[in-house]
Amino acid sequence: MPIAVVDYGVGNLFSIYNALDQIGAVPKLARDPEEIGSFDGIVVPGVGSFGRCMRRLYRFEPALRRVLEEGTPILGICVGMQVLFEGSEESPEEGLGWIAGRVVRLPASVLVPQIGWNTLSIRREMEILEGISDDDFFYFVHSYHCVPADPSVVAATTEYGLEVAAAISEENLFAVQFHPEKSGEKGLSILRNFVRLSRC
Amino acid sequence: MLAKRIIPCLDCDLAVPQGRVVKGVEFKKIRYAGVPWELASRYYREGADEIVFLDITASSDRRETMYNVIRKTAENVFVPLAVGGGIKSLEDVRGVFVAGADKVTVNTTALKRPEVISEIAGEYGSQACVVAIDAKRRDAPSEGRITVPTPQGESWFEASFYGGREFSGVDALAWAMEAEALGAGEILLTSMDRDGTYDGFDIPLTQAVSDRVRIPVIASGGCGSPDDIFEVFSRTGASAALAASIFHYNEWGVDAVKRYLAEKGVHVRI
Repeated sequence: MPIAVVDYGVGNLFSIYNALDQIGAVPKLARDPEEIGSFDGIVVPGVGSFGRCMRRLYRFEPALRRVLEEGTPILGICVGMQVLFEGSEESPEEGLGWIAGRVVRLPASVLVPQIGWNTLSIRREMEILEGISDDDFFYFVHSYHCVPADPSVVAATTEYGLEVAAAISEENLFAVQFHPEKSGEKGLSILRNFVRLSRC
Repeated sequence: MLAKRIIPCLDCDLAVPQGRVVKGVEFKKIRYAGVPWELASRYYREGADEIVFLDITASSDRRETMYNVIRKTAENVFVPLAVGGGIKSLEDVRGVFVAGADKVTVNTTALKRPEVISEIAGEYGSQACVVAIDAKRRDAPSEGRITVPTPQGESWFEASFYGGREFSGVDALAWAMEAEALGAGEILLTSMDRDGTYDGFDIPLTQAVSDRVRIPVIASGGCGSPDDIFEVFSRTGASAALAASIFHYNEWGVDAVKRYLAEKGVHVRI
């Protein structure tokens, strides 16, 4: 079952493509909004600045919103999680605004960016975190973090100067601040969970 | 809590068709260690937190060989890959990212043209830009240098470029701070005096840099045992330790090193 990786011209999609391929999904890079409609799941990656990502993502917005409303599972990764919010301290561009809240800079009390492996505090059940425990490490690289208006969207947090939203979900919309494609075997488990969900 | 990272480093000689991993002592006396992606894959399975490839030949006509090494590695290694050596332009950066790298390390190019740091950070984000500093201890006094207490007295550190073959005259500590200001996401700090010696990390150097920047510092050069890694984590603010020789020649597995550190109370990913 094909999974689209939205290729909107930012960063390295090779890693996520390879990881999906490795777990037996059929990844396809979607370079045009018209292609988005025919997939079982959509991955929205994102690296670099919020503004740069948003400027290139705007043209995909209507197509992504449509498949979201149709119930297709969508997974945002890193800045691909941040763009789901209304806006960010990093850039003046508006976010997609699918989740109420904003993206703010990590506190000055810690080294920024957070780079490295951190554990989760799982707050509630979330389909894609099945089989993951509080002892498992995931690879984070970010200078900003998401602050949802409704804390109940947060399924897991990580401790970095404060409790940072690490995984969120709302119906068929999922997002993680860390990089599952760079988080070893546990990261691949999360992608496997997402792909399984896409097949339902 | 964020774990301390253990990073195997693969110095690659790309003058042979598939590339090969080599390791020198104090940037000289090169010894053969293995096939790049085979070693990388072994380190991944053992629990490496990241893999660094450095093209020590750094010649642009061998770029295709490096891309091939990255591609083959990225097929079954699912931790971050950093690639450096001979990165001269944004075009080179794009090339290694397209091949599957997550970060680039820049040294010579950044010393000669510091704006390249801002250019990479602007295009790919600070996290994608690691500034590598090869630092040589200088014990003779020199005007305007940042000095730190060392066993040799008051020393300063000079940044080297061209793979340790030339010296830039630049104060390595000042350069680390400038690199941060320009947008570097991490500093990969190698002690040229310790590299390949197994004598342990250069603690005064690592401490001096990690005290002066607010971005992660990767300590490198001199790791001869897990205890050296324990020492650099307990005595300095380093976020990660990079080692080559102790992993390449099967003296220690990455997993064994991490278990050793965990038993001594270091927070590592196991």
